[in-house]
Order: sequence, then structure tokens, then C-alpha cells
Amino acid sequence: MLRFFREVFVPPYEWREVFYQCYLVGYKSTFLISLTAFIMGVVLTIQSRPSMAAFGAISLIPGMVSVSVIREIGPVITAIICCGKVGSRMGAELGSMRVTEQIDAMEVSAINPFRYLVVTRTVATTLMIPLLTIIADIVAFLGAWLAMNIHDTSTLRHFFQAAISHLGFLDIFPAVIKTFFFGFVIGIIGCFKGFRARRGTESVGLAANSAVVASSIAVFIIDMLAAQITDLL
Amino acid sequence: MNYIKNDTVPIPAADTSDQPDIDPQAMPDASDQPEIATQPEIAPQPTPDTSVQPDETAALASVDEEPVVLIRGLVKSFKDHEVLRGVDLHVKKGENLVILGKSGTGKSVLIKCLVGLEWPDAGTISIFGEDIAALSYNKMNALRVRIGFLFQNAALYDSMTVRENLAFPLRQHKKTMSKEKKEALINEMLDNVGLLDSIDLLPSKLSGGQSKRIGLARTLILRPEIMLYDEPTTGLDTGTAREISDLICQMKRKYNISSITITHDMPCARITADRIILLKDGIVYAEGSYEDLEQSEDEWIRSFFY
Repeated sequence: MLRFFREVFVPPYEWREVFYQCYLVGYKSTFLISLTAFIMGVVLTIQSRPSMAAFGAISLIPGMVSVSVIREIGPVITAIICCGKVGSRMGAELGSMRVTEQIDAMEVSAINPFRYLVVTRTVATTLMIPLLTIIADIVAFLGAWLAMNIHDTSTLRHFFQAAISHLGFLDIFPAVIKTFFFGFVIGIIGCFKGFRARRGTESVGLAANSAVVASSIAVFIIDMLAAQITDLL
Repeated sequence: MNYIKNDTVPIPAADTSDQPDIDPQAMPDASDQPEIATQPEIAPQPTPDTSVQPDETAALASVDEEPVVLIRGLVKSFKDHEVLRGVDLHVKKGENLVILGKSGTGKSVLIKCLVGLEWPDAGTISIFGEDIAALSYNKMNALRVRIGFLFQNAALYDSMTVRENLAFPLRQHKKTMSKEKKEALINEMLDNVGLLDSIDLLPSKLSGGQSKRIGLARTLILRPEIMLYDEPTTGLDTGTAREISDLICQMKRKYNISSITITHDMPCARITADRIILLKDGIVYAEGSYEDLEQSEDEWIRSFFY
């Protein structure tokens, strides 16, 4: 991790690779993240409706959904999906490059493989996970609005207005900040596991597997710390 | 005959009988010679027979010009397993040194030490007169640009096409070179290895021999002065292996490259070697030309030839 901070600000910058990784992490994950978020929005609304109806608080569903999605479900679901999709890809890709001596080939060509492979990918995940979370939040709202219209009637505009009116600075700001940390740990752990893979094909699978496990745990730990810190504010 | 053998533990050899006569007055000044570090502590060895085993100074004197690669007392262990136990060798400019040895004798480890992929436990490695252990990361990288390394499996970047594989080192090291010049250089290198028509293919679409050729082209594109070949013909059919061996010779002639080739393949050694070193149990067991070693009466040496 220290090496990352030592190298990330030092030129030459590998912009081209950063953009390509942003495309892979961001664009290529959008559909999966959107689908998951949509389902989460629908399920959250359907499952909470009976309880809310019992208290005559149907009109509070948009607010309940927005706070849940923005503070917790959007960031965490996005991060966990990315642990599986992006972290495992990076672990396997770099592990495979290690096993087939491609990383050594970079090293002997006087190309810094850490900067080219690890720094670029970690920067990409750090930038893209927050963007994916925003997309996930919006799509989850859409899912929740559609689910609400199964039994009740609400216009999209009214639903969004009601949802946003329940959000405060402390709901949005800490949630956005923690997504950068989620992105960072997903990238750095995925790359670290792959970069440090040993020789042998088995290590590629292990690198991918341990990248997912370690980054998922890291995401939950960061989420817990973020909740504690937000609580103190 | 330039090879030696000891009945118990073999000692690195460098008989000067086949070397050109050297006028003592024409000898380079001692200060021009690469610095030789104190020999590392290695496993005790029997006293060499001085009638055939020259001391280190004599070994250096056999090099009629400053060697591009000079290794002295190289020791490398992995945990308790001592792979290299004090290897001494040199490579002169324009020379192709072939290193032969059975599996597990540390041949690949030896050339990986030359480019900093492995770091020796003891001993010195001088390349172009510079002790690589004393180099900073940036200086080591500057040196690496002057050294090409062809991996056993070619190690092509499998997410890139052939064109991108060749363009990648240029993009990193020739930033001021125009796009047209880079393209011309890529085409020239692919033409050299006879695979110009594969320029847009991914490595997964290439055969083993084609991959090796592309790997060679990618390595040569930075015009290295030293080439290190790690088993260049392993896994190839006889015909393709012959083509790769010929290609190594062609490239050496065309670009005047010094090289070290690690191989088990005797036809490859015969075609490419100016001099051969045999590694056994982590040290240099014998040294000489292909013909010299072929005529050896030592059973272990003969086992490579017959």
C-alpha cells in the first residue's frame, strides 16, 4: 500500500491504461450493478410495504428507501458485486501474468510492472466505484418506484421528490466518501493477490479467490468504521 | 581442449591454451578491469589441480578485451537448496555463450540473476563493467534496456495483439519517436522473424514457434546489446527448433549482439554456440567449444552428445 502512494503521484503517468481500466471496471460493470440495484430497490419496497402499511406510513416508503439505499445498500451492494467481478478479475489476470512470466517480461524490459499494472487498476477502481454507486442508487430508486406502483400510485417525479426530501448531508457525504475507500481496497487487494501469486496454475485460482474474500471483508470493515464515524458526527 | 574435470567436486575451469596469445604489454591496465569482489564463502572444495586450473587472475587474463558480462563466485540458494555454488563466467562482445546442464542445475536462475529477476546471495555480476548489485533502480532499468531476455514460453502479453506487444516497449522507452518510425520498426522486426502477416493476431492464435519468434522480435525492438535466451527451442519440433536457432545466429550477425543461451537442445547448441559451459551441481563443470566437448572422454559430458 505504501508503494502505491509512493508511485501514484510520480510521473510518468499511465493515463492510457488508467482509462482502459476505467472502461473495464466502470462500463463493463454497469449492467450487472444496475440489475442488482434494481432488484434490491424492488425487494426492499415490497418487503417493507406491509410493515409501513400497518403503521399507515405508506407515504414514508420513498424516504425509507432513499435513506437505506444511499447510506448502505447502494455502496455496499456495489462494492460487493465489484469484489466478485473486478477483484477476482484483477487477481486472476495478474496471477496469470505472474505465472506466465509476463510480469517478469515487463520487469526485464525496464517497465515498472507495479506502476503499469497495480497503480493503474487501483486508481481505476477508486474512481469508478463511486460512479457505479451513484448509478446503483438511481436504478434502485427506479426499482422501488416501480414496486410501489404495484399496489399504490405514485408518479416518478413525486417519488423522487419524496425520496430526496428525506436525505440530509450526513446521509450523502459519508456514503460518497466511503465508496472511494471501497474502490481503493478492491483494487489494491485484487492486484496485490495477483501480483504476489506464486508459480503454478493453482496459484491463479487462489489469487482470484483470496482477492474476493479479502476485499469483501475489507469492505465490511470499512463500512462498519464509516458507520461509527458517521455516528460521532 | 578447454574443459576440465575434477574427480570429486568439479572446479570452474578456464584453461587458456585455446585462447589467443596475449602480449603482456598489450594487457589492459588493471584499473580498466571490472572490480572483482572478495570471493564469497561457499562450500569447501578440494584444492584444484593447478596444472589445469588457473587462478582467477589467469581466468581474467584469458579475456582479451573487457567482457560485456563477467560473473564471479555467484551463489544462489532457495531456502536450504543451494542452486548455484560459485559460478564464474564471462561473455565477450559479439560472443554467444551456451550454457548446458541438466534440469535443476540453476541455468535459468543464473540468467535471471543477470537482469535482476533473482538476486544472488553472494558473488558479483558485472555487465558492461557495472556491478549490478550497486545500481539504483533507475540505473538498473537503464541497463535492462540494453539487455534482451527471451523467455522460455515467450511471455507475450496475451491481452495485446502482436503489434501492441511490439509497440509496448517502444511506447515506454522511445517516447519521442514518431508514430511512423515506430510502425516502421515494428514492421522491420516482424519481417526479420518472418511473421509480418501475424501483426494483428492475439498471442493465443500463435503456435509455439511463432510465439518464440514474436518474443524475439519484441525483445530485439529495443536493440539490446546482450541477449539472454532461456531455452529458446524447448517444446518445439525439430524443424521449428532449427529455424529458431538459425534466427538467433542471424540476429547475432545482423545486430552484433552478445548472447547467453540456456538450452538442453544439442543441435541448437551446435548451431549457435561460440563457446559452451556445462553446469553441474551449481558450478561450471566444463568449458570449451562444441567440438572440444563432443570429443571429451568424460562420461557425464558425453551424455549430452550421445
